Amino acid sequence: MALSGLFLVVFLGQHFTINLASVVSKDSFNELSHFMGNNPLVQFILQPILIFGVVFHFVMGFILELQNRSARANKYGSYKGSANASWMSRNMILSGVVVLSFLGLHFYDFWVPEMNYKYIEVLPEDPTRYYEELVHKFVSPVRVGLYVVSFFFLALHLLHGFGSSFQSMGLNNKYTPAIKTFTKIFAIAIPAGFVFIALFHHFNAL
Amino acid sequence: MNLTLKVWRQANTTTKGNFETYSIEDVSPDMSFLEMMDVLNEELIQKGIDPIAFDHDCREGICGMCSMFINGEAHGPDRLVTTCQLHMRKFKDGDTIIIEPFRAKAFPVVKDLAVDRSAFDRVQHAGGFISVNTSGNTQDANAIPIEKHDADRAFDAATCIGCGACVATCKNASAMLFVSAKVSQYALLPQGKVEATDRVLNMVKQMDEEGFGNCTNTGACEVECPKGISLENIARMNREYLTASIKG
Amino acid sequence: MGTLNSNIPEGPLSDKWTQHKSNINLVSPANKRLIDVIVVGTGLAGASASATLAELGYNVKTFCFQDSPRRAHSIAAQGGINAAKNYQGDGDSTHRLFYDTIKGGDYRSREANVHRLAEVSANIIDQCVAQGVPFARDYGGLLDNRSFGGVLVSRTFYAKGQTGQQLLLGAYSAMNRQIGRGKIKMYNRHEMMDLVVVDGKARGIIARNLVTGKLERHGAHSVVIASGGYGNVFFLSTNAMGSNVSASWKIHKKGAHFANPCFTQIHPTCIPVSGDHQSKLTLMSESLRNDGRIWVPKKIEDAKAIREGHLKPTELGEENRDYYLERRYPAFGNLVPRDVASRAAKERCDAGFGVNKTGEAVYLDFATAIVRYGKEEAHVKGLDENDAQLVKKLGQEIVRSKYGNLFQMYEKIVDQNPYETPMMIYPAVHYTMGGTWVDYNLMTSIPGCYAIGEANFSDHGANRLGASALMQGLADGYFVLPYTIGDYLADDIRTGTIATDTPEFDTAEKEVQDRLEAFINNDGKNSVDYYHKKLGKIMWNKCGMSRNEKDLKEAMTEIKELREDFYKNVKVPGGLHEFNEQLAKAGRVADFLELGELFAKDALERNESCGGHFREESQTPEGEALRDDENFTFVSVWEYQGEPAKAKLHKEALNYEEIEVKTRSYK
Repeated sequence: MALSGLFLVVFLGQHFTINLASVVSKDSFNELSHFMGNNPLVQFILQPILIFGVVFHFVMGFILELQNRSARANKYGSYKGSANASWMSRNMILSGVVVLSFLGLHFYDFWVPEMNYKYIEVLPEDPTRYYEELVHKFVSPVRVGLYVVSFFFLALHLLHGFGSSFQSMGLNNKYTPAIKTFTKIFAIAIPAGFVFIALFHHFNAL
Repeated sequence: MNLTLKVWRQANTTTKGNFETYSIEDVSPDMSFLEMMDVLNEELIQKGIDPIAFDHDCREGICGMCSMFINGEAHGPDRLVTTCQLHMRKFKDGDTIIIEPFRAKAFPVVKDLAVDRSAFDRVQHAGGFISVNTSGNTQDANAIPIEKHDADRAFDAATCIGCGACVATCKNASAMLFVSAKVSQYALLPQGKVEATDRVLNMVKQMDEEGFGNCTNTGACEVECPKGISLENIARMNREYLTASIKG
Repeated sequence: MGTLNSNIPEGPLSDKWTQHKSNINLVSPANKRLIDVIVVGTGLAGASASATLAELGYNVKTFCFQDSPRRAHSIAAQGGINAAKNYQGDGDSTHRLFYDTIKGGDYRSREANVHRLAEVSANIIDQCVAQGVPFARDYGGLLDNRSFGGVLVSRTFYAKGQTGQQLLLGAYSAMNRQIGRGKIKMYNRHEMMDLVVVDGKARGIIARNLVTGKLERHGAHSVVIASGGYGNVFFLSTNAMGSNVSASWKIHKKGAHFANPCFTQIHPTCIPVSGDHQSKLTLMSESLRNDGRIWVPKKIEDAKAIREGHLKPTELGEENRDYYLERRYPAFGNLVPRDVASRAAKERCDAGFGVNKTGEAVYLDFATAIVRYGKEEAHVKGLDENDAQLVKKLGQEIVRSKYGNLFQMYEKIVDQNPYETPMMIYPAVHYTMGGTWVDYNLMTSIPGCYAIGEANFSDHGANRLGASALMQGLADGYFVLPYTIGDYLADDIRTGTIATDTPEFDTAEKEVQDRLEAFINNDGKNSVDYYHKKLGKIMWNKCGMSRNEKDLKEAMTEIKELREDFYKNVKVPGGLHEFNEQLAKAGRVADFLELGELFAKDALERNESCGGHFREESQTPEGEALRDDENFTFVSVWEYQGEPAKAKLHKEALNYEEIEVKTRSYK
């Protein structure tokens, strides 16, 4: 879990960087997107790894959750979870499921059309189409709303998960407080950034 | 003070249990929680009701035998104490107190509030020791100096009393804090390093077989641990386990 | 049954053990596999013996009534374990440890046993360190020591305030290794109900599974009792709630003699009783007396004002405090042995100087130590030694590092901060030096039945020194019994497995069954605790810290009456075949009700003051204990004759070859 999680955190950072480019410059966004969409290394090596990472992470998440639930067959009549652990740490499955549903939407929005464009209909290459596609998606307020909610849950997921992955890999020493602070900032800043980008394009398109 | 107690009653491992409500009067704030239970039991015996079974022995917070889940927390609302050291001054007149056994698949209920924690013993049988013969022919105790820092940390890990509050409190019923405390104690001492690889692999394997849940680092165990065993131990065990797995 | 032969080997004292080991019979490794040994109890003695016997190759079956061997009450020992290592270079030696123990025991222990204990003590520390016991260390990485009551050297090894826990977990880990190898079969939540004797030899036990209530028969070639002491006969003691005398008492009734039952240690530093609901007393380690000073107010009106809450102890000036131990015993001061410290506290409280609501408490004050440590620390750090606030803060940190967990425990129980206000303490029953009589090989008067640790009587005489119980438990279990038992078992290599379908087992099980049924079917009105508390009151008031003929005679009659009432009117709820704590407790209290009477009889018989046994008829004009060596230099060994009052006294003479018997003085 920890390794796949950390891998996904890295991917998230990279995704964010490219998205951020869309706010700064239309051309550089198109350029980066085109590279990601057509570079064979990215397409045929990194993309499958990423998909594997995502699938592994959520499948394992569900398996662990099932195991953990069965480890306490009889539930407590009164269980004060908030007395000793954060909401985030106790509800990773919930925040995870929200993020996973969002991934479904996200795939439907971008990845499915992209695959359709490139490999099924095999339409001609156009290195400048990406920005318009992006902006187009953020016109609908419902979709933007879903984005905002999803990223809020992603933040909750990261607030526990990012720091926790270091502990799982055996890292707990004098640097731990610093690492924890960093992961907390990351967990809030990156999803907030994604939200900002979505809102930016939404309001620009009005 | 006067209290209402909702206590889990269960005749034995196989029967279904339920909560029963009892009221108790004139509880002194200086009483320990278990002394309050003694008073209740005395009343139940007089009324011809089967007294409530609960585990307890030393009543000074060190044997690890007492094990109640009180108002949603292992060993009750106070920190760094076992139930036997919890005093009634932590409660208010008129309070309702919910008392349950430690719940986990690996800790079946024996009766009422008493549970079977022999899963912990079996994890220890799998490797919770240093393989040294008790022949009396060991080397002098001061032959290997041990850095005070390491000795102190080994001691801190070794203070675990095996009460099971970590399992009881963990939302996943994970035994990682208990197992890691033992693994850590030995991993930190030169005497224990020799068989560190096998120890961690065997103990973790047994832990998994006992049906404990997985660690998701919520940190609840550390908060509820009556001896304040640190999460650092879990990280250390993860480290030891990774290294051991690579080594085979 | 059994004559009183202590089997002490010939030869000079310091060679006895070595020579004995070389001369006794051994069992070959191949034959050990054919021999079964039962161990009852998993404290330091039982756990270490089980582990070592299993390691030697015997098939061991170990029983404990708790849910895990690790719960045994040795775990609660706080202060430390003595060993004649002389790591501090302060003049310690095997001989000095031996001498201190004999003197501390007020010349009522067996010389040869104590010398052996001192000899093997150093080995225990080596063994424990090899097992990963995390003893306290200094910055150089070597083992640290501290000093304890009644001695002039620092020979006590410790692990903060949890030495017993760490040593027990060490022994438990050695057991785990053998359980994992299948050499020990562990029976948790099982209680020994009776000993089975076949042809005069101990051949097994009847045990009860406390979860199912089922009676079980277990045969073995030898039975080892390691079930601890009987301090709970007082109801309130520092023992665990489950600690009991039953195993020892059952073997006593089958022919094992009981020695010195009246030798009880009242520990001076326990948290005072707070009310009638009290179920047990909590000990504060004796190590606190290293730095704490014990006092009561000098003026009786100040004591009264404190009791009524008009005056705080911190408001009382130095000139109005009576540091009575320092005043009476200038050489040892606050570090006098336990019996002396306890009696002195009782004397002050009886005279009206007690400081809590019940008038039964004295102060243990750390203010002086905090200032002393604070100044040292300020000096080391180059800070201002005259800054009182700073010194206090630094001093508190040092005290916290030494006794933090004890202070925390005190605060949790009493709800007062001992860093700011002195602790209140009062003596409480803690340890029983008396126990099953054993010979040099630790065998009781029943062949094949052994007693080790606190359950036997041999090493501590009339008073045990601090940090010596852990030493004795581990010495017996790791290094003595595993050798000496071979001498007996060597004759058993052709015996074969002990059958349990014999008339002896039938009878024993039937007796147990009848006893249990009688409890369940008794339509009484009083709970088991009702009787236990009553017994405790009689014991504490009439056989406690100070005893006299009249009280002891009354105690015997009252206990007998109480016992008769118990059998008539006790109410035991629940059934036979279930987890029934009340039923288990009823059996234990029944045995205490018999032991209590023998206890009083023994105290009555011993008309002298020695160690923890203080007879008011035998004291010096200053009120110090007065021993009567001419008439009482012996072990009182009681043979069961159907009823405690009828027990027959045998005397084992104590001969001191190496040591000159002197008046014990700590002035």
